[in-house]
Amino acid sequence: MKIMTRMGDSSNVELTKSELRTEFEQGSEYAAKKAKIPVLTENEVDYLVDMFAAPTRIWGVQRGNEVVMTKDGCVNALNSSRMSSGVVAPVNREVGVRLFESMLGFDSMEISHNDYSVKPQRFLKALEMLHVELLMETTIFPLLYGFMPNLGLYYRPDGSFENPSDLMPIGKIDEARKTQEEAGKVCLEDCIEMSDCMVEMGADGIDFDTVASTGDAEFYSVLHACDHVANETGLPVEIGMSAEMVLGFHGQLEYNGKRLAGMWPHQQLQTCEEAGCAIFGPVSNTNTKKTVPWNLGKALTFVKACTEIAKIPVHPNVGMGVGGVPMFETPAVDVVTRCSAAMIEIGHADGL
Amino acid sequence: MHMAHLLASSMGGIRAAGDLVARMQLSKKMRITEAKEYVADKLHVTPFDLSDPTMMRQLREELDIGTITGVPGIAKGLAAKARISQLLDIPINSVEQFKNKTGLHY
Repeated sequence: MKIMTRMGDSSNVELTKSELRTEFEQGSEYAAKKAKIPVLTENEVDYLVDMFAAPTRIWGVQRGNEVVMTKDGCVNALNSSRMSSGVVAPVNREVGVRLFESMLGFDSMEISHNDYSVKPQRFLKALEMLHVELLMETTIFPLLYGFMPNLGLYYRPDGSFENPSDLMPIGKIDEARKTQEEAGKVCLEDCIEMSDCMVEMGADGIDFDTVASTGDAEFYSVLHACDHVANETGLPVEIGMSAEMVLGFHGQLEYNGKRLAGMWPHQQLQTCEEAGCAIFGPVSNTNTKKTVPWNLGKALTFVKACTEIAKIPVHPNVGMGVGGVPMFETPAVDVVTRCSAAMIEIGHADGL
Repeated sequence: MHMAHLLASSMGGIRAAGDLVARMQLSKKMRITEAKEYVADKLHVTPFDLSDPTMMRQLREELDIGTITGVPGIAKGLAAKARISQLLDIPINSVEQFKNKTGLHY
């Protein structure tokens, strides 16, 4: 009997039960080998095979095992473009946030600008503060203010700093490192400025999202920003990563004596805990040429390695192209609900 | 995609008690089991009950901590959060800012 599931690009694929099992095992082995962590157990793979073999369109956690949701990208799914799976609804973010609270029943929400990076948001600081202030008066659920540090915007041609990607190919390694350090300082200042101003607006926390998208220098800035926000303002910080491994564009940066380049999710978690982080969001990037079971097996192996040692809540990223979810702008519910439930039942996530 | 996650895994926010559990994760860094136990203890229910919209809809109205549907006279927005702050025995930043701005204290 063939079982219908999907590839990482969301297209349909049929597998036998034996092939399905192999996909989960090989995905898990891939993650285990890369991060030097344990593979999924036989019982856990049994559960996953049964879940994917079931002909039902949707899946869910056992009653009582529900978790809480945190969110990135504000209401971009409502009023942004296809880039954010947005439907360009004529809804502003104040209305959108209220809809996420009341109509969708979200457990928490993040407020941010459509242009989601800290650099453009800093120029709109007063507007951002006002919208947070007003929403804090009209909503009940926790509201975090969020942005992507996005160190890449500080480099030419978008920014004023020399681009390390231009310097490294011509052998200017020291110069490439120096420009990352200098740009990182400005990024850190922006992260702190935008976080600090939300304290007096009443925000319930700060969400640093898509962290380390430009590698270890960005992660370094975020960890120091987190340390400042958590330890000096007392606001909780959520750190959501961008990739399963921190890229070593710089290669020599350390936090508390630990080299940031090459860190895998369970190592990222421990470093974020040291910086005072309240919620950590690990990422496993979806390989579009592999099946969803392969990608989910990989993601669960990374997540389990985090939840087994975590001192803080772990909220894995399960949006488009991460956490086993296909890289497609309208991911299908048959696989999204399975990835969602598996993160909790097998990954033991504290939230999503 | 949000709907898929909500149906599969979510506590349901203010439909049930997901917002309260999320507050404990944020403010005290509690993992899910500990956070649910803490909230359940404060509400005198079981952790299982916290995701039940039938039980929580009624209880939220009785506790006057905000309901998902529009009910005249029930605490909304900041007023609901002030009551949640007392109920869970945690400071909520926006409530503290409101107190500072108005000089109202309790």
